Amino acid sequence: MINETLVELSRWQFAITALFHFLFVPLTIGMTWILVIMESVYVMTGREIYRDMTKFWGKLFGINFAIGVTTGLTMEFQFGTNWAYYSHYVGDVFGAPLAIEGLMAFFLESTLVGMFFLSWDRLSKRQHLMVTFFMAIGTNLSALWILIANAWMQNPVGSEFNYQTMRMEMTSFSEIVFNPVAQVKFIHTVSAGYVAGSMFVLGISSYYLLKGRDIAFAKRSFSVAAGFGLASVLSVILLGDESGYEVGDVQKVKLAAIEAEWETEPAPAAFTLIGLPDSENRHTDYAIKIPYALGIIATRSLDKEVLGIADLQALSLEKIRLGIVAYKYLVLLRNDQRSAENIALFEKYKQYLGYGLLLKRYTENVVDATEEQIQAAARDTIPPVAPLFFSFRIMVACGIAMLLIFALSFYYNAKRQITEKRWLLRAALYGIPLPWIAIETGWFVAEFGRQPWAISEVLPTFLATSNLAVSDVLISMIGFIIFYTILAVIEFWLMFKFARLGPSSLHTGRYHFERNTQPSPGMHSHI
Amino acid sequence: MFDYETLKLIWWLLIGFLFIGFAITDGMDMGVGTLLPFIAKNDNQRRVVINSIGPHWDGNQVWFITAAACLFAAWPPVYGTAFSSFYFAMMLVLFALFLRPVGFDYRSKIDDPRWRNNWDWAIFVGSSVPPVVFGIAIGNLFLGAPFVFDEFLRVTYSGSFFALFHPFALLCAVVSLAMIVMQGAIWLQLRADYVIADRAPKIVTVASSCLLLAFGAAGLWLTQLDGYLLSAISDINAQPDLLNKTVIRAQGSWLNNYSVMPWTIALPIAAVLFCLLATTLSRVHKAGWAILCSSLMLASIISTAAFSLFPFILPSSSALNSSLTMWDAVSSEKTLNIMLIVVAIFIPLILAYTSWCYVKMWRRVTLQEISANSHSAY
Repeated sequence: MINETLVELSRWQFAITALFHFLFVPLTIGMTWILVIMESVYVMTGREIYRDMTKFWGKLFGINFAIGVTTGLTMEFQFGTNWAYYSHYVGDVFGAPLAIEGLMAFFLESTLVGMFFLSWDRLSKRQHLMVTFFMAIGTNLSALWILIANAWMQNPVGSEFNYQTMRMEMTSFSEIVFNPVAQVKFIHTVSAGYVAGSMFVLGISSYYLLKGRDIAFAKRSFSVAAGFGLASVLSVILLGDESGYEVGDVQKVKLAAIEAEWETEPAPAAFTLIGLPDSENRHTDYAIKIPYALGIIATRSLDKEVLGIADLQALSLEKIRLGIVAYKYLVLLRNDQRSAENIALFEKYKQYLGYGLLLKRYTENVVDATEEQIQAAARDTIPPVAPLFFSFRIMVACGIAMLLIFALSFYYNAKRQITEKRWLLRAALYGIPLPWIAIETGWFVAEFGRQPWAISEVLPTFLATSNLAVSDVLISMIGFIIFYTILAVIEFWLMFKFARLGPSSLHTGRYHFERNTQPSPGMHSHI
Repeated sequence: MFDYETLKLIWWLLIGFLFIGFAITDGMDMGVGTLLPFIAKNDNQRRVVINSIGPHWDGNQVWFITAAACLFAAWPPVYGTAFSSFYFAMMLVLFALFLRPVGFDYRSKIDDPRWRNNWDWAIFVGSSVPPVVFGIAIGNLFLGAPFVFDEFLRVTYSGSFFALFHPFALLCAVVSLAMIVMQGAIWLQLRADYVIADRAPKIVTVASSCLLLAFGAAGLWLTQLDGYLLSAISDINAQPDLLNKTVIRAQGSWLNNYSVMPWTIALPIAAVLFCLLATTLSRVHKAGWAILCSSLMLASIISTAAFSLFPFILPSSSALNSSLTMWDAVSSEKTLNIMLIVVAIFIPLILAYTSWCYVKMWRRVTLQEISANSHSAY
């Protein structure tokens, strides 16, 4: 039987390590392009201040990058250590994008990151810019392949189950690469990273402006961040809307849960702006609704219905019944009763096999499931609504707040009034956590909303784990928590220290904290 | 393009190639990190040591990440079984590996002797623990691990973490640690200030002596150890059927491959010869040739281990027929084909830009350079 504690702990460990890892990834993704922009200006204009900007923001990028690499190792290892059945069951499909990520992207990014920091004196200006540029390309390609892998978990295209090898196998590589979910997710996620990078630079630059330090340096950094940030935040919101459409298309349950749409409404459905979802009674209290909005977002039409939770659960029930049939024939085939008839019947029903497997939580043999167990499995196909409903709204609220900050920053910066708008500078500084809150809640919605599946409609999460002892996972999880806490403390301490110190940390003698001690002649000449 | 059988063989070679690449490049960094607290006496010397691999450690580390990811893609059952069975060993490697990127990057950020000294030891742990655990893991591939698949191919492991520390496995750990220390020491001889470089030949001599003794002892032990033999397997060109084979155990059978193909005895002989050559070259201060020889030595040692195990990857000691071989623990033909194309495109590219980086950064890192760049270098 399934050990529920083991499953819970494995999920917690994965969630903790993944959410922690993704505190650092977005900044890496976003900062690489900001560094490319700054260094390009340096190469084009030859003005030293832009090289200093590249080096200083690069320093902060480096502090973040080290821990991003470190925590990324865990993500790769964990598929093998804690999700061994997952690795076996879908490795034929899922392993490929991960390996391609290493070969095509991560190698490039990591090989060049060392060069970015240490080759300033050994490469020509243009060569160094190319290093920075390809480092950014590597980082973004890395995100692409990881999201192709993730999108396959959400929408497993280009593959089918093979009863002889007892696993999912690839049938079309191009379908996996051009998975519509992957395309939308990629743009949405990297743009979110660009927003995080921009917010980071914008906020810290605002801090210098508020303090009246290194004004020329801070203003230029602010401009880059405001422009890049505004473009990126618009892209995030547009592509977020597009992923709403994709979710509506392929992950109807997730959409219904996010919207707390308990019953199918007549088209076009209204969008619940806010309310209090009540899972017991399947009702949302105090709901404020925007007419037509959900229908338009999810179906791009005014006449198509968005299915509600009750109807979706009824559909699941039917699929579970067919899944039992699929499972029955799978057992026969696994026991070498491979008559043409058994094979044909299995092939006919195998698309529902995943639904049959949902019953493994209640009965080992699946085929002897009682009506009660089938009903319970159908209820399991609906993830808890309230956490998804609220996370999604927090994400959107952060997105809108950031849109305002970037738009105003861009506007006042263009009008050259930014230093007078201290309230805006303060908003930008204290707004630094916003992209992280949005990103973490966004991932929560994507992955928690996928439950109860590890691979949508193919492999239930509770089956995907390794057969470990509960104590094994408990010990490793405690280890991760302790280790990650220490790493986080060190990282934040260094980050704050160097952010406060500012460009003076470059020891060029040209910036605020060095002026009193070692004034260098002509230090303003280049500004 | 290729038939399934050939593809499986190619992938066995490719995974081996990637792990050899990992040993040569990241193994070198691990050797350097292991030697860090001992070979360098003060902060500037340690900074020379770290900066000798400064621009490259991050890229080198990706050999490991990519080798593991390719193993996932090409041999999914091996990935799941090995990583979950050797759970705490893998966690140990993982936690040790955590220490390196942050160690290299954060050490130089704060100018405080205690801070830096702590990171030096963190780098030491991060560099020495993984090769030891990998050695132990390789040893356990020869010993077999107690795991079994059920009819739905879910794997259950019944061993314990401490059972991994079999004396034979410890012997393999000595080989593993000694070979990366050699590689690291020769690298420092080639690229570090002469103050440090001059200490290298002695270390290389000691490491190579340990290595030869342990490698020889492990070889002798294999004649006595119960090895595994694949006595029957279903059609290897058909769909892989993990449980449909017959495996038997026999004393000394790990050496069978050498009697089937006598020329392959050249592999362990090459390992010994390259080890002796590397040591001699290091002692006569031809570090460039020495690192070439020690890299070839690493390749020969890993090839020897892999070839002795062939066609096994991870035999099961408790359910012989659950053993994983490179014929049946593999991905589908389609996946192997696609991944082969990807590898054929990207490995040459990787080698090209990695070489470019090495060429551009090629110099001896001197104490003088390091003291002059206390804020830009590591």
